[in-house]
Amino acid sequence: MRNYIIKRFLLFFPVIIGVMTLVFLIIHLIPGDPVELMLGENAQISDKEKLRSELGLNKPIIDQYLTFMINAFKGDLGRSIYSQKPVFTTILERFPATLELTLCAIFAALIISLPLGIIAAYRQYSIFDNGSMFLSLLGISIPNFWLGPLLIILFSVMLGWLPVAGRGGISHIILPSITLGTALSSILSRMTRSSMLDSLKEEYVTTARAKGLSENTVVIKHALSNAMIPIITIVGLQSGALLSGAIITETIFSWPGIGRLTIQAINTRDYPLLQGCILIISLSYVVVNLITDILYAYFDPRIKYE
Amino acid sequence: MNNESSKFKVQSSKLIFVGGFVILFLILTAIFAPLMAPYDPKEQNLYEGLNTPDHKHPLGQDRLGRDILSRVIYGSRISLIVGILVVGISSTIGVTIGSISGYVGGKVDEIIMRFCDIVLAFPGILLAIAIMSVLGPSLNNVIIALCAMGWVSYTRLIRAQILSLREREFVVAVDSLGGSSSRIILRHLLPNVISPLIVEATFGMAGTIIAEAGLSFLGLGVQPPNPSWGSMLNEGRQFLLIAPHLTIFPGLAIMVTVLGFNFLGDGIRDLMDVKR
Repeated sequence: MRNYIIKRFLLFFPVIIGVMTLVFLIIHLIPGDPVELMLGENAQISDKEKLRSELGLNKPIIDQYLTFMINAFKGDLGRSIYSQKPVFTTILERFPATLELTLCAIFAALIISLPLGIIAAYRQYSIFDNGSMFLSLLGISIPNFWLGPLLIILFSVMLGWLPVAGRGGISHIILPSITLGTALSSILSRMTRSSMLDSLKEEYVTTARAKGLSENTVVIKHALSNAMIPIITIVGLQSGALLSGAIITETIFSWPGIGRLTIQAINTRDYPLLQGCILIISLSYVVVNLITDILYAYFDPRIKYE
Repeated sequence: MNNESSKFKVQSSKLIFVGGFVILFLILTAIFAPLMAPYDPKEQNLYEGLNTPDHKHPLGQDRLGRDILSRVIYGSRISLIVGILVVGISSTIGVTIGSISGYVGGKVDEIIMRFCDIVLAFPGILLAIAIMSVLGPSLNNVIIALCAMGWVSYTRLIRAQILSLREREFVVAVDSLGGSSSRIILRHLLPNVISPLIVEATFGMAGTIIAEAGLSFLGLGVQPPNPSWGSMLNEGRQFLLIAPHLTIFPGLAIMVTVLGFNFLGDGIRDLMDVKR
């Protein structure tokens, strides 16, 4: 176990450095003059030179890279061109909103997918099974940039039950969470079904039935508890991926998180802010994956420690 | 064949049939778009802007009075072109690099896999968003950005397949008879990885179509007046409260197309699953 964690950490750091390098390269290999892209062609030469100097773009690329890496490790991601505030602080201010949305999306996905997957597995090849698996395929196929507006049309415009956009109370988070969580819910219900199918065929389930336990106890206590390991793993791995989906969901619902900040940075050509947003989203994803891997190894001792 | 297995095969065949039908319809729509579309997709009629569906325009008209049905029909071309090119290029790169990684092994494999880890550290379409934000919006750039993130899944798939096949008797036999590495890879290993590659490519088409539409929805992909389903949704978002038909129909086209590819991918994968 300890060897596995050490090995996983050793793999973690090169990936972090690689991600930072790739983000640096993408932003710094912009075709043309980045300063001109940010300020526009008609900007004053003195303004361009000032910004070039502020961003360190007049230095050799290796110096820029080293400065970027050292500063990033210190938590200094530069200043936003638009607001002049430190990028790291700006992102930290937006992070709770994205975290709240992501956690609510995971919760929404779990309460939909677990019952669907369990009943589908218990009644394999029944109408319920076929119907729920069709729904899950539908859920994977519905793009969130369409589902969000559809939910707004139905629940906000036609029924008037929920607000169209913004962050506030519980009513504000329902539609964004469903929009973001639908794809995860579809993946989880398929995973739950397949994991439960395997579990229900195990000998310990037959033994539990032979002992005369009720079906509910057999399914929930014996089959589901053993089927949960792969489900938890998928939740962990996919929750990191939700951060990318949050970019679109936050844009649709004007949710003030990192995703919307990323699009605002693109629209205002605020490259230091964009660089920071991409970096923080990717690093969060890598960290969530690392934690998931370690938890997986902890809960399932059969994992290979190679 | 037992009862469960036969039920499973019937279900897989149904999925393949439905998915194949949807995709065939998409391909025919894309090819015969000029014959099927009732109007020029770029023809404006400002006096009829945001008109709801009627007998002349069954899906209504957009802000500039353009016929939505015609734009949805022509939009299939962009989705299909992007899907085919991105999956074609990404899988070619992935098969080449994955084969080298799996067959050569050692340091080369280690370097390639670590680079894959770095690319995979960008969740979803984040890497494509980053690339598009610096390259600027255009169809060519969409293809470049999606290929930049798409090749990794093929590389990992092919590498894993090659690793498991490399030690098999038929490969060892060719190797001991003096067969060259390129001959072993091209003539003996790759033909054995075609099935999982087809499944991956089918799901890849679904993912690429959603990703292209997502980029266009964010204003980073195909630009107006070219009809792309994603950019139509982006335009529709501004009039969501007064003209929902601008949003409903392009989204429906994306969903049905993606569902078709997912059905086909699921069906093929289930049929090829020998464990069943």
